[in-house]
Amino acid sequence: MSEYAPLVMMLLIAGVFAGALPVVSALLGRSRPSERKLLPYECGIIPEQEAIGPVSVKFGVTAMLFLLFDVEVIFFYPWAAAFGQMGLFALLEMLLFMAILLVGYLYVWKRGAFEWEL
Amino acid sequence: MDAGWEFILRALIMPLLVIIGVMSAVPIWIWLERRLSARIHQRLGPNRVGPAGLFQPLADAVKLLFKEDITPSHVDRLVYLLAPVVALIPALAAFAVIPFGRDLNVRQYLFGGPVVATIPAQVADANVGVLWILALSSLAVYGVVLAGWASNNKFSLLGGVRSAAQMISYELALGLSVVAIVLSNSVFASASGASTLSLRTAVASQQGLGLLSWNAWWHLPAFLVFVVCAIAETNRAPFDLPEAESELTGGFHTEYSSFRFAMFFMGEYAHMTTLSAVGVTLFLGGWLSPFAGIPLLGALNVSSVPVLGALMPLAWFGLKVFLCIAGFIWLRFTLPRMRWDQLMKLGWMVLLPVALAWVAVTGVYHGLAGLVGGPRGLVPSFDPVDIYRWLVLLTYLGVGLMLYFRKTGKLAPAAA
Repeated sequence: MSEYAPLVMMLLIAGVFAGALPVVSALLGRSRPSERKLLPYECGIIPEQEAIGPVSVKFGVTAMLFLLFDVEVIFFYPWAAAFGQMGLFALLEMLLFMAILLVGYLYVWKRGAFEWEL
Repeated sequence: MDAGWEFILRALIMPLLVIIGVMSAVPIWIWLERRLSARIHQRLGPNRVGPAGLFQPLADAVKLLFKEDITPSHVDRLVYLLAPVVALIPALAAFAVIPFGRDLNVRQYLFGGPVVATIPAQVADANVGVLWILALSSLAVYGVVLAGWASNNKFSLLGGVRSAAQMISYELALGLSVVAIVLSNSVFASASGASTLSLRTAVASQQGLGLLSWNAWWHLPAFLVFVVCAIAETNRAPFDLPEAESELTGGFHTEYSSFRFAMFFMGEYAHMTTLSAVGVTLFLGGWLSPFAGIPLLGALNVSSVPVLGALMPLAWFGLKVFLCIAGFIWLRFTLPRMRWDQLMKLGWMVLLPVALAWVAVTGVYHGLAGLVGGPRGLVPSFDPVDIYRWLVLLTYLGVGLMLYFRKTGKLAPAAA
């Protein structure tokens, strides 16, 4: 377990460092807020409505595809790491897995999930 | 050295040193970017503060520290304040598993005596090295997305959403391009008994004939995919759509000011440093000298000289990372920004299949090589399995000849 202690410490030190910087800046910098200064920045035009509105559904599709394919990619890692010991059996198993993955990929491609009409 | 001191060295001093190292590289990259871009634009660039303007980034940092930190009234306060912190942490912490030199044996006297301590040139030689890098590289997207969403600004939101879509799309291909290397390492590790996912194994497996043994040659498609994805992951031009200033003002950091604004940039440059270091370790021989092991250049090998032998690997590693960053900057001022639909198509329809195909090719090659017996040496043999290696060599030869004759005009197309 002790080999992971440096990793935890690395995260902690990075966190302390990153957390302290804005505090220092807040202490050193002056603060004179005004109503105009605190408006959303839209190049001088006063905003008429809430900024957070509908976002193109294509982003949702992309996120879903990412979840699907990222899990597939994660599956490759144990396979690749054990390849040296398992040899040919692992290879055949994985080629099968890849073929199934490819069918899904081609289906998504044909349905036009990667097309963005602009 | 007793266990207590060793623990303090490994768990406190090394992380501190590495974080300080990465953070002090950031001003150098900023200076390099401004000077190089000036060269490319045929102007001077910053040249007043310090020799050749070297202290300009530090002066800017001090200026930003003293600026007013505006928190606009309409933002989601907690998330808005935390987003820059979230952006910076993973970029710094990811460096923990990268070996940046040969382990330093501290001897009793300068030129000899028994070894009294060993200072590792790596924070943690965890057996999850590659996974740690991928995990933290995925976390980097949060800083940008949260900043974009919490700012409650049209430009910020668009920048944040774009950034999320872009980073997750390119992460797939990035992960797949590394699988091929992990696979090769696993074959190497099972032959030599090293741990599979550790980045030390990646460096050890590239030992041999100097720069000819680098993974970049034998895994060229994976290397190219990795390079493109690394640029897209760090939101650098030509993939800098999340902060495209001509359409989104500043993108996700439009509402940020003072040092919170600077932290996004520190995060970006730290992320560039880390990904360059990963690329160097996995594909460009890590801290190994590009001449080590080449017969005629053996005289350059200083690994047995006491102090120099420990410092040279560090210098090689630094030089390689430096050249990678210079490449990042060169690309930024050479290529125009991509269009959004082209960007998504490149990621999903080109890089992903190429990376996947390369994993299959590598798997088939190693599977067949295992049938015939053991991993191959560097020089291809006349086994049928090594057809792949001969093809790679012939391709390089062909491309080289093409480039050579094209330059001299003998093969140039008639109608120019």
